[in-house]
Amino acid sequence: MATISIRDVRKSYGKTEVIHGVSLDVADGEFIVIVGPSGCGKSTLLRMVAGLERITAGTMEIGGRVVNDLEPRERDIAMVFQNYALYPHMSVFDNMAYGLKIAGKTKDEIRQRVDQAAAMLQLEPYLDRKPRALSGGQRQRVAMGRALVRNPAVFLFDEPLSNLDAKLRVQMRLEIKQMQRSVGTTALYVTHDQVEAMTLADRLVVMNAGIAEQIDTPMAVYERPATRFVAGFIGSPAMNILKGSVSGSDFVLEGGGKLALDTKPAETGRPLLFGVRPEHLQIATAKEATLNLSVTAVETLGADTLAHGTLSGANGAGGELIARLPGSAKVAPGDTLPLTVQENMTHLFDAETGKRV
Amino acid sequence: MVEKQGFGTILMHAVLIIGIAIVCFPIYLTFVGSTLTHFEIIRPPMPLVPGPHFIDNYSEALTAGITAPVGRMLLNSFVMAMGIAIGKIAISILSAYAIVYFRFPFRMFAFWAIFMTLMLPVEVRIVPTYEVVASLGMLNSYTGLILPLIASATATFLFRQFFMTVPDELVEAARVDGAGPLRFFKDILLPLSVTNIAALFVILFIYGWNQFLWPLLITTKPEMNTIVMGLKQMMPTADDYGNWPVTMAAATLAVLPPVAVVIFMQRLFVKGLVETEK
Repeated sequence: MATISIRDVRKSYGKTEVIHGVSLDVADGEFIVIVGPSGCGKSTLLRMVAGLERITAGTMEIGGRVVNDLEPRERDIAMVFQNYALYPHMSVFDNMAYGLKIAGKTKDEIRQRVDQAAAMLQLEPYLDRKPRALSGGQRQRVAMGRALVRNPAVFLFDEPLSNLDAKLRVQMRLEIKQMQRSVGTTALYVTHDQVEAMTLADRLVVMNAGIAEQIDTPMAVYERPATRFVAGFIGSPAMNILKGSVSGSDFVLEGGGKLALDTKPAETGRPLLFGVRPEHLQIATAKEATLNLSVTAVETLGADTLAHGTLSGANGAGGELIARLPGSAKVAPGDTLPLTVQENMTHLFDAETGKRV
Repeated sequence: MVEKQGFGTILMHAVLIIGIAIVCFPIYLTFVGSTLTHFEIIRPPMPLVPGPHFIDNYSEALTAGITAPVGRMLLNSFVMAMGIAIGKIAISILSAYAIVYFRFPFRMFAFWAIFMTLMLPVEVRIVPTYEVVASLGMLNSYTGLILPLIASATATFLFRQFFMTVPDELVEAARVDGAGPLRFFKDILLPLSVTNIAALFVILFIYGWNQFLWPLLITTKPEMNTIVMGLKQMMPTADDYGNWPVTMAAATLAVLPPVAVVIFMQRLFVKGLVETEK
């Protein structure tokens, strides 16, 4: 168990910098999820914590010890890989025991620790099997068991659920969370799946293009996205973003049309982005409606109905919008939907920097 | 696969049987010859069924032979073939390991240098190699027979190709588990390479066993002769009429070790193929 402190860490391959200075403090026992699109540097960051990639600049501390130049084995970490990386010629038991064997533990202690981890992960019947005789979910458990028996300071997960089918992924997600809770070990978890990110994390790190755009609790990231990128990345369907500027207490859309704002921003006239999540739009009566949606397509998901359309009055310029309505809503393409925005559920971003206003 | 019926099946089997007969008949004839007397062989027609002199001929071949006892030559060949096969595998697996997993200066140069040696088989470099071996006083020794032949670009390449298919995550998992380079090699890479080693061993053992020119050059004492060059010497030349039954017995004996290696290693090879999964 340990804290992790990452201070302005950078990574360059030759002259190309891929991580542009990330800082992060992880408390003891915390579960941190690093999420972002492919190529954003999230895996590289994790591998730098593991010691599999060298750190170009900045400092990395695990448990108060600077580990910049330490080999992975000296860092007291355990890692779970996306493709499990089990040793194919070793039995499940040997796979889990390998690290302990190298660490020079006694046979009795190895046996006891492996048995304990196997019991926790329900792997007892499979200890003598080779990895190829296991299903994907079982292999994933062995990979977790291998991390667990080491009793490390930090768990590192590199997209561990990507190779599993959807149902198993949901189940393993819960198991990982429970396992981490019960042993109380600090964990860093990399994923591109925002559902995994939201459900697992104590705190989220949303990364984009080598920068940590926002580090906060999942709900805070959802409710108050720090940048336009975070707003678009977290939440499904993505947040509606409309171009325009503030005039008085209204937001004037680029193509015409007005939206009332809850709070009046200090400055007016500057180009801004107006964001509202599809689930924060409600059907209203024609009188109350603050915006009217000309529906162009409808997706019925059962519990919800998604209405795609353009804002009438926006003259079709950048006024595309999605509204998430209750499953019972009767909507058809061609309809005009009167909508209101839920109170305090609007976001404004700077059009140039993407920062929250 | 296309399922043939009736005439097709008969034709296929006929072709296969003829093929096998063409390959096997000379070997059978050699065996028959090794059980007859010299005069039975040279007087046409030569009998096609084994005669009663099996034990006489084979014991003469093994203990006395013509130039040197065949037993001794078989041992020499066996030592040389084993030495070459094991030496080649040991050296090439280590050099492939270095080339694939380590970043060091002149890595690519080393790689290309090994690659270039493919163009230099024994026959091309035989004079300078002889000079070196002779200066080192290794003529008529096992070291002299084995050492110059154990560098192998082909085996290095095979291992390199195989190592490149081993997932990087496996290397990383081992690093995180605390395995150093030697430990990783011993615990992970070597067990995974067993199939490749078995396959290479078969090929290299036969390569070593069949060496003719090199042993012919550097062994001058009959007791250091290998079986392949020994056989050549047992063949009657010019006005000598030779001893055909003993020569045939020696030829039969010379075939057995490579056959044994193929049969024994093939099992391991197939087993490895079925079991290994990456």
